[in-house]
Amino acid sequence: MQVESSAQVAEQLAATGYLCDESLATVVFLAGRMQRPLLLEGEPGTGKTALAEALAQVAGVPLLRLQCYEGIDASQALYDWDFPRQVLHLRALEAAGGLGGQGVEEAEKSLYDERFLLARPVLAALQQAPAVLLVDEVDRADDEFEAFLLEVLSTYQVSIPELGTVRAAEPPLVVLTSNRTRELHDALKRRCLYHWVDHPGLEREVEIVRTRLPEVSAALARQVVDVVQRLRGDTGLQKPPGVAETLDWAQALHHLGCAELDLETAARTLGALVKYREDADRVKHALDRLLTS
Amino acid sequence: MTGLDGLDQRRAPDEVLLGFTTALRAAGVAVTHDRSAAFLEACAHVGLADAAAVRTAGRSTLCGGPDDLHRFDGVFEAYFDHRAGLPRPRPATPGAPTLTSLPETDADGAGESDDSDPVRARASDAEVLRHRDVATLSAGEKQRLAAQLARLRFRPPRRRTARHDRWHRGQVDARATVRASLRRLGEPAPIAYRRRGTRPRRVVLLVDVSGSMSGYADALLRVAHRLTHVPDARVETFTVGTRLTHLTRALSVRDPERALVAAGDTVPDWSGGTRLGESLQVFLDRWGRRGLARGAVVVVLSDGWERGDPTLLAEQVRRLQRIAHRVVWVNPHRGKAGYEPVQGGVVAVLPHVDDFLAGHSLATYSELCEVLSRA
Repeated sequence: MQVESSAQVAEQLAATGYLCDESLATVVFLAGRMQRPLLLEGEPGTGKTALAEALAQVAGVPLLRLQCYEGIDASQALYDWDFPRQVLHLRALEAAGGLGGQGVEEAEKSLYDERFLLARPVLAALQQAPAVLLVDEVDRADDEFEAFLLEVLSTYQVSIPELGTVRAAEPPLVVLTSNRTRELHDALKRRCLYHWVDHPGLEREVEIVRTRLPEVSAALARQVVDVVQRLRGDTGLQKPPGVAETLDWAQALHHLGCAELDLETAARTLGALVKYREDADRVKHALDRLLTS
Repeated sequence: MTGLDGLDQRRAPDEVLLGFTTALRAAGVAVTHDRSAAFLEACAHVGLADAAAVRTAGRSTLCGGPDDLHRFDGVFEAYFDHRAGLPRPRPATPGAPTLTSLPETDADGAGESDDSDPVRARASDAEVLRHRDVATLSAGEKQRLAAQLARLRFRPPRRRTARHDRWHRGQVDARATVRASLRRLGEPAPIAYRRRGTRPRRVVLLVDVSGSMSGYADALLRVAHRLTHVPDARVETFTVGTRLTHLTRALSVRDPERALVAAGDTVPDWSGGTRLGESLQVFLDRWGRRGLARGAVVVVLSDGWERGDPTLLAEQVRRLQRIAHRVVWVNPHRGKAGYEPVQGGVVAVLPHVDDFLAGHSLATYSELCEVLSRA
């Protein structure tokens, strides 16, 4: 992505429907310029993953997503050899009588061909560069995996003993997201540009709803966002709604034919907004107050 | 767009910016040299004309977490403030009281010198100490207790994982079988088996450090320190009181005395009031629900003397139980003669707790370790 300033980044992202504030645009701009991974932390539902998708769309490059989980290891992130196919290949050679004529060494060499290589997201990102590599919820992976990521992210190359080194022609833009279930190691953080993603303000969120869901009426969008923003201020909720929930709710209301928010429809569609029974009860009680004021 | 007011025209920008990173380091943000270098590089890209851009560049390159961001903003304003131009002195923070163990002033032996067998006397001493209430110990006894706590036996609980280990029976391991057969040029090989592997299960300790628990805080933190340092254990420690403090990093120092001093520096609310319900809520919102407490054994070490609303406490413990694998409540007063669970807090939480244990003596701490190992 060739850009000259952070304002241009914000503009291009806005064209894909992702509205970001100035500081996030600056960080993205710096990540591109300094060729550093971007570490995004923040509440669930604040658009961390969506940013990576928007970036891939802006640059017109593939997005490769690596979802982390406990116990993930290098063979799921980098590459693996396709054992069953290798065996089949050997059997096929044998059946064709190729083993005798071709020589053992060549048969062996043909086993470690690129077509038997299963490229997992990190390797695929290096091969297909320029690309956007999204390492999602890196806090769920183990410490060992973090160390491995650190190694790849500092050199942007991977050595495969049987094939040689795969080096990215152009370093991919790497986006790491974390929900802070555990503190990431400092060494990994130091490699990255850090950004804390907050919930958007009222005006921006209205804008987001209007951009993402142009069919929803302006009045409804504003009312929905207004209620959501006030719910976020309420500390008693177990899971305050994120932007994704706002969009879901606005869409649900729109499908029920609402042009303006009314108490009854709002109560019926609460399932799109809050996902805990206790929260639903709480919001139901508060809706009256939220809608009239 | 406003420029940086603090930029002194007579000095090189590098010097000013590096001065800022030094000030930031002094304020407690772990700024390393590569981070400073990244900051300078970022500033070169965004230029110095726009203060907001420099601030963002600094936040993204020099900070590593929300706590850092908060400190960063304070220092940034102080450093580049147009009224002062120079960093203002930081307001002195009152030093937190620290915990250290007192020197041994063991006054026993005055009337017991007729005991002819010192080994047996010592051994029975240890046995007595096992059952003594730790809040009533003398300084010398406390030191002996500390030594015993540091040797507490603990086998971390384990959980099954998605990954498999090789085993001599169980599911057929197709891949290993194929690989073995490949090694024999495709001839059939013995069938390999596998079973689900295990990993240590996370243990989360929530230690109440409020006033009513002050006699036990030292011993409980020593237990936490011991559990943290058992090989293979995954233990996270928090203190609760009027607020929640993450203590794992402070307790990661291997030497217990230094770890306890570090813990004393970290915790701001020693012997304060108890707002257990609110602290638990903060724990669940910030850490627990996001994954720290999921599938973990959560141990609350508290007497349950809640100043706030017991219904809030009950609700939070119920939430906790739904997320956690097991909730263990350790109450120092439980083991005492005539104890009845009548305090509002304890009554409220009992229905939502899997194990309710005593926690006032060495013997009860060993029992706690047993319960944790089996969880």
